[in-house]
Amino acid sequence: MINLLMAIPALSTSLIGAANFVSLLPNLIALTPRLYYAAPLVVVISLVYGATRHETLSEIVGHAFRSIVWVVGFMAIILGVIWAAGFLM
Amino acid sequence: MPEIVYPQDKGDSVRVNLGNPYLAALLAWLIPGLGHLYQRRFAKGLLFLVCILSTYFVGLGLGHGRVVYASNRPNDFRWQYAFQIGVGAVTFPAIIQTFKTKDGGDPLWVLCERFPDDYQTEGLRFQQIPDDFTGQRPAKPFKDGFMAPPAGKADPAHMDTLGRWHFDYKHFFEMGTLYTMVAGLLNLLAIYDAFCGPAIITPDQRERMESKKRKQIHD
Repeated sequence: MINLLMAIPALSTSLIGAANFVSLLPNLIALTPRLYYAAPLVVVISLVYGATRHETLSEIVGHAFRSIVWVVGFMAIILGVIWAAGFLM
Repeated sequence: MPEIVYPQDKGDSVRVNLGNPYLAALLAWLIPGLGHLYQRRFAKGLLFLVCILSTYFVGLGLGHGRVVYASNRPNDFRWQYAFQIGVGAVTFPAIIQTFKTKDGGDPLWVLCERFPDDYQTEGLRFQQIPDDFTGQRPAKPFKDGFMAPPAGKADPAHMDTLGRWHFDYKHFFEMGTLYTMVAGLLNLLAIYDAFCGPAIITPDQRERMESKKRKQIHD
């Protein structure tokens, strides 16, 4: 598998870069415990926003789940951009 | 107020009876979720009640009961309170404390006492007075009250009580402020929902939006 990756430099570089990023995440979270405070806020905001768009509980929870995925994904993209900017500097 | 009916693509239409929307909105502001409970929308009422009040009280706890206060003094205009008051009746003690401490009076529900800004030992000024303190007690200590404005003059150029709160509670003070502000803003959404009903997109509306989008792409 490693030989295969080494045979495709571009793919191996990007995969190693992604693996490095994933391996950094726990350290990053440990270094910034204030990030944990965002979790309850994301859940509560998603639930309340979902509740203003639907009337039944199942639809509200479904909408909230999609909102959570969207917000966390957006935060991850921003984190990735910041990380990449730091890597480039 | 007649019942609002939202037709659905599949299944039964959603029916919402808002009752008296003005009363519902007022109740929703006073206690998050209460307007929905009045409209017999129990699930949503409980959801708003739990989500908004828990966010507010967690924030208040993070800020050691000091992050929600109303103040319009020089150098201490607490604009965050304009958002926090969205949570309703649970923020009213801040107004009571403001009137109580307006002319240098002591607040209700004292949390701790501090050495005042003219205390003889400069290094102790604004610090909490320990229960076992044996030195010269100040004649008129500053008192931190639950949801009361910081005691003493606000002076951004030097240490003051607000500065000491930030120093003592570190990021908890900011987080507490943020949580309580978010709770207030979320309750505005809940008030709107109690007043106008949910913003459900009906099949007709969806069709109109999609045809508009198609037209824009076509043009």
